[in-house]
Amino acid sequence: MWERDIAFWVIALAMMAAALGVVRSRNVVHAALFLVVVLAGAAAIYILLVAEFVAWVQVLIYIGAVVILFLFGIMLTRAPMGTEEGKLDNDQRWAAGVVALFVLGVLIALLVDAFGGTDIKFTNALVEQGRTRTVSNSLFRDFLVPFEVVSMLLLAALVGAVVLARRD
Amino acid sequence: MDLNAFLILAAVLFCIGIYGVLARRNGVLVLMSVELMLNAVNINLIAFSAYVQDVSGQVFALFVITIAAAEVGVGLAIVMLIYRNLRSPDLDKIDQLKG
Repeated sequence: MWERDIAFWVIALAMMAAALGVVRSRNVVHAALFLVVVLAGAAAIYILLVAEFVAWVQVLIYIGAVVILFLFGIMLTRAPMGTEEGKLDNDQRWAAGVVALFVLGVLIALLVDAFGGTDIKFTNALVEQGRTRTVSNSLFRDFLVPFEVVSMLLLAALVGAVVLARRD
Repeated sequence: MDLNAFLILAAVLFCIGIYGVLARRNGVLVLMSVELMLNAVNINLIAFSAYVQDVSGQVFALFVITIAAAEVGVGLAIVMLIYRNLRSPDLDKIDQLKG
C-alpha cells in the first residue's frame, strides 16, 4: 500500500508547511490563502481515510464559507498588508514557540506510547461506512437531538453576530 | 496504514495553532489559528472513526465543523466591534481592565 503512504506524506508535508505559513506570514491575506491550503489538505486526508461526505462538507463549509468570512473580516478591519517583521506578532513570540514545542513533545510521547504500531485496516466495511447514506442514517437516527441543538446554536450565533456587528 | 501517522500530523497542526494563538496580535489571525486547532481535532476524529470502524466519529466531525462556522461568525463580529471602538484589530490594546 505504498501509494497511500506517498499520498499521505505529500499531503502532510504540504499541510504542515502551509500551517507554518498561516502563523508566520507577514501579510494577512497570504495567511488566509495558506489557510485554504491547510483546509484542502484536511479534506484530502478525509478522502484518504474514506470519509467522503465529511470531505465534501469540509470543502463547502470551510473553503467555501469560512475563508470568505475571514477575507471579509480582513477587509473590514483594514488589516495591515505587507508590513515589516513583527508588526502582526506580539513580543511573547519566543515563549509561544517554547509552549508549542513542549505541548508537541508531550503529545507525540503520549501518542507513541498509547498507539504505537496500531494499524488502520482499509476493508470494504470501511468504504461502506464512508458513504453518505451511512453517515446520514447515523446523524438522523442516533444523533437527532444533538443535530437539533446544533441548529438552534447556529441560529443563536447568527442573531448574536448580527446584534454585535450592527451600527446603532 | 499506521494510525499514529495521522495522529502525529494532527498533533503538529494543533501545536502550530497554539503558537499562532499565543504569538499573533491581530484578532483575525488569532481566529485563523483557532481554525487550525479545530481542524487538527477533526483529523483525529476521522482517523479514530476509521480505526474503530464506527461512523460516530464522522458525525462528530460534522458537528465540530458546524460549531467552527458559528464560532468564526461570532468571533469576527467581536473583532469588528473591537476595531470600531479602538480603531485597530490589535488584541494587545484591549487592556482597559488593567489596574
